[in-house]
Amino acid sequence: MPAVTSLGLLRPIMTWRVAVAIVVLALLGLLPWYAPWLETAGIINQRFALTVMTRVLILAIAACSLNLILGYGGMVSFGHAVYIGLGGYTVGILAHHGLGSGFVQFPLAILLSALFALAIGALSLRTRGVYFIMITLAFAQLLYFVGVGLEPYGADDGLTINRRSDFAGLIPDRGPDKFVAFYVLSFAVLVLVLGLVHRLVNSRFGMVLRGARSNDLRMQALGFPTFRYRLAAFVIAGAICGLAGALLANHTEFISPAMMHWTRSGDLIVMVVLGGMGSVLGPVYGALAFLLLEEFLPGLLRLVLGWLHDGTAAVIGRGPAGALDDWLRLAEYWQIALGAILIAVVLHARGGIDSLLGRAGRG
Amino acid sequence: MAEALLQIDSLVKRFGGLVATDSLSLDVQPGEVHALIGPNGAGKTTLIAQLSGFLKPDSGRVIFDRQDITGLPAAARVRLGLARSFQITSVLRDFSALDNVALAEQARQGHSFRFWRPARRDPALRNPGMLALEEVGLADRADTPAASLSHGEQRQLEVAMALGSDPRLLLLDEPMAGMGPEESVSMVALLRRLRGKRTMLLIEHDMDAVFALADRITVLVYGRAIATGTPAEIRANREVRTAYLGDTEV
Amino acid sequence: MTLLIEQTLNGVQLGLLMFLLAAGLTLVFGIMDLVNLAHGSLYMFGAYFCATFTGWTDSFVLGALLALPASLLLGVFVEILVVRRLYRRDHLDHVLATFGLLLIANDLVRLVWGPDGRRIPLPAWLNQPIFLTPDLPYPTYRFAVILVGAAVALFLYWLVARTRTGMWIRAGASNRTMIGALGVNIEALFTLVFGIGAVLAGLAGLMAAPIVTVSIGMGDNILILAFVIIVIGGIGSIKGAFIAAMIVGMIDTLGRAMLPDLLKSFLSVAAANTAAPALSSMMIYLLMAGVLVWRPTGLFGARG
Repeated sequence: MPAVTSLGLLRPIMTWRVAVAIVVLALLGLLPWYAPWLETAGIINQRFALTVMTRVLILAIAACSLNLILGYGGMVSFGHAVYIGLGGYTVGILAHHGLGSGFVQFPLAILLSALFALAIGALSLRTRGVYFIMITLAFAQLLYFVGVGLEPYGADDGLTINRRSDFAGLIPDRGPDKFVAFYVLSFAVLVLVLGLVHRLVNSRFGMVLRGARSNDLRMQALGFPTFRYRLAAFVIAGAICGLAGALLANHTEFISPAMMHWTRSGDLIVMVVLGGMGSVLGPVYGALAFLLLEEFLPGLLRLVLGWLHDGTAAVIGRGPAGALDDWLRLAEYWQIALGAILIAVVLHARGGIDSLLGRAGRG
Repeated sequence: MAEALLQIDSLVKRFGGLVATDSLSLDVQPGEVHALIGPNGAGKTTLIAQLSGFLKPDSGRVIFDRQDITGLPAAARVRLGLARSFQITSVLRDFSALDNVALAEQARQGHSFRFWRPARRDPALRNPGMLALEEVGLADRADTPAASLSHGEQRQLEVAMALGSDPRLLLLDEPMAGMGPEESVSMVALLRRLRGKRTMLLIEHDMDAVFALADRITVLVYGRAIATGTPAEIRANREVRTAYLGDTEV
Repeated sequence: MTLLIEQTLNGVQLGLLMFLLAAGLTLVFGIMDLVNLAHGSLYMFGAYFCATFTGWTDSFVLGALLALPASLLLGVFVEILVVRRLYRRDHLDHVLATFGLLLIANDLVRLVWGPDGRRIPLPAWLNQPIFLTPDLPYPTYRFAVILVGAAVALFLYWLVARTRTGMWIRAGASNRTMIGALGVNIEALFTLVFGIGAVLAGLAGLMAAPIVTVSIGMGDNILILAFVIIVIGGIGSIKGAFIAAMIVGMIDTLGRAMLPDLLKSFLSVAAANTAAPALSSMMIYLLMAGVLVWRPTGLFGARG
């Protein structure tokens, strides 16, 4: 065989991208072990760090599932948060009725999400382009309003979950250990999902999915009934996202229709694009960046505004510069900065964080 | 006359008031290269789209190997052995040349609900893919992204992909469109190598190529076949000369 | 019977408001192929502008008249600053960038106008019932909304179907290069269309303002309804948007009015009161899903 040597073998295995991926995953995975140290060093409260980062992990799982259909399949689903809601409501409703076993709750959450994805996908994938965006949005709104109308489960106000899923006592569901245990569980699920997505997108199935994204008609002309493959990917993504929803309900110990609101679906798309579409680890970076911005952008802005105030005061004197508090209050409006960052990413860094890493590696 | 491989039976396709295919009947015999010529707007590409399942005819039938395939979706037709290439190059641009032909091979091997093994390291796909690239002379470009291939190379890849499903009938929609003279020569050479091995329905504007390759030629004008015959017969046909060839001096 | 007529009029009034919002969206969508999630923000700004100008001038009518050019200016400003960079991008980019605009808009409003909602006081002559028949009173303001909405709908029809600008707009929708070849400044045309859309959204917002409370995020949910309408109607079709807006307005109003009584026959009162508005919202989305399954490009849509 001449020239079968793929270029991949000639490239060094340890690229900048791979190095960053390993470091990020290691930092995430080891957090429970160095978090106490962070607290003693006065950097961040241990439990706060774990809580924020658990949320990052769970939404990274959801973003990974969206990435499968959006990044690799080119399907702009604007209703992906609905599966978070389905997974969450499965756990919440079962818990509400006293069925607390995670071995029942989780499989059911996944199954239910998959079934809904099958129905939604079978109808939505008949449409193209912007109509697809809108029909997935419509189905998500449909289920959102089901949640709003569910009086027995709190309707608009949602439902508090009194006990987390019980995994036959294997994972502590109360006491101080439960935060660490749940963090480790979420991390393990994320790693599993990353592995699964990696295998999927490189398998024969994945090649069809990516081919259909690139040129659906050509794939049909090659003999692939692409609808089935896209639908299968849609169902897998829904199932994984349902799993994320089940985890999220456990994490917040609360469910409400707001989990499914269309802006949550928008957040997921933002995470995927921010991290880099069609890269396995992209959604993890995206979820990290998005949630850390959400969490720390106000603080960061306060810092910058504080400097600006002091600087202005030094130049033009105390009086005209105004009170420091007035300046710092501007940090409440951090979403303006977030929106601007988003627009800047769309206009100037379309490949997301992962491709920036790739560029840095080459440079 | 032997049983036709493809039989088109009074096919009609209208777009609003325009009749793109006007009760067209046509047959393709096994082993022949059948060329379809006609001025722009004669309905050639519309016909290919109906034959390959991308457009539904308003009436009429398409029979392939004694089976009525008129209502069959595109992918199912490919699996019966009817493959097409596109007039506007439509290789998968994000993929390498080898990926493109490997996908054709993958389609041939049956369903792709295989979720685990990496497809790019599967010799069952890569080796036949390399052979297909060698057949069209692209072996040394295997790892080049399809988007970076020259136009002529993309056209060759296009044909290699259509061949990948090992079709019994190949529908070629202007394989030489947009090619320079040198590229055309190598495409004609490629098609000549395939001649006798594959049955082909060829749409082409390049008359030199058509008359060099075709066993039979059908002339299409306004969606209707005005003549079918050997190249010599077509050359001699007065109706054809006035309707179409009149000013091209063949 | 009186109730039914009143609810039908409410449905027409909501439908016309939705149409104003949807018409701008479908124009922008159909002509520039732009998915604009910030369209609801223009609606919100229209309402806030009106609230401020009404405060300054002590007159709702003057406030409303001043809010319209302000909406136009805002629309043109946003188009030049951000939106025009998006025309050549794909829909996903539109969704993301305009989602960013929406985030900015909501916080900007909070920064300028504060977090609390506002009510716009109506002048006395608008704030009393009008008797359509001796025993059919109807709020004058809502009736005025119907009149203005219908007038604007007719004006839009005239603009698009009968004028030279409308011809450019229709041509731009079907063939960008051709309209460019005709010597029309396509950049200016797009800015103009976006500006018209902003005025229509602002008008819808300021007319809704005295009925609902002016608040942050008031455009977010109604935006989705506007999208539903243009998708049901078929993207780019003003006629489709009008018909779909009427259907949606009717379903929403009549559903909210009739469903609680209907549901109470087999649900508890509390459950029925919660479920009814949710159910009437759901019916709208079900309708949209049904239409798209039946006709993947909407009722009057040509393009995929």
